[in-house]
Amino acid sequence: MGYLLKTNWWKWLCIALLVYTIIGGLLFRVPKLPILNETIRVLHFHVPMWFGMILVFTGSVVYAIKYLKTNNLKFDIYSSQLADMGIAFGVLGIVTGMVWAKYTWGEPWSNDPKQNASAVSLLIYLAYFVLRNSLKDEEQRNKISAVYNIFAFFLMIPLLFILPRMADSLHPGNGGNPGFNAYDLDSNLRKVFYTAVLGWTLLGYWIASINVRLSLTHQKIENAS
Amino acid sequence: MKTPVSLDVRMNHFTTLLFRFLFLLTILLSPIISDAQVEMADNFRGEGKIYVVIAIILVILTGFFYLLFKVDKKSKQLEKEIRQDKR
Repeated sequence: MGYLLKTNWWKWLCIALLVYTIIGGLLFRVPKLPILNETIRVLHFHVPMWFGMILVFTGSVVYAIKYLKTNNLKFDIYSSQLADMGIAFGVLGIVTGMVWAKYTWGEPWSNDPKQNASAVSLLIYLAYFVLRNSLKDEEQRNKISAVYNIFAFFLMIPLLFILPRMADSLHPGNGGNPGFNAYDLDSNLRKVFYTAVLGWTLLGYWIASINVRLSLTHQKIENAS
Repeated sequence: MKTPVSLDVRMNHFTTLLFRFLFLLTILLSPIISDAQVEMADNFRGEGKIYVVIAIILVILTGFFYLLFKVDKKSKQLEKEIRQDKR
């Protein structure tokens, strides 16, 4: 019990925010819209996956730059573990998006520009791990993957934020479709949505931080032996 | 000499009988009556595609549980390694 009280405050914040998200997300009054029906509530679960992915990848690229600056092995571990978490968020985002699309757009994959672009950016990040695991020399591996990480991040930005807006997309806020503001009339959605983004991102960071600690310990064991 | 039962007492007797009858009736009909009175989420949100929302929440939970199990496995392996090192 002592551990539960002494642990970092943001872990409790994460739990509180997610409990609020589930209760508020399922029970609060939502705008009544055709086709969407109750699935408008998916906003609190599907969209935060992408926000979480982008925030976690941002953290990853910051640590990659820090690694290149200082050559500190710790930053490389942070960078790669955060990228790993980002891919997990991305996969969850794509799968939940496909379920949502099946019941609102009619099919799970309608070659929507944003769907394709997010799949491409996920593949770019998967290549990061292929690259990382294919290099034997440790220092070379860390440096090349840090540089690739920066490249992947700055390729993701136009893929997710610029290109889908230039084409006709089914996603709200793209290609002449109204954005999230159009149906966010009563601000109830907004309250839960921002809470959800923070909560899911904190959960992702929590898991990534455990992975970082494990990798650091692994490193220590290897250095000692 | 028989004292005549007053109208009042007879009425009382009648009302208790009536109440008993009504009581029995309510017990017999209670399932129907309670069904009409107690509010339940029988048609959960009118089924306006709420199952899609449930499916999506389950997908996300499955994903996070998978991640947690991965971390769990990793930490156990590490503990094993530390134990072997100490020997």
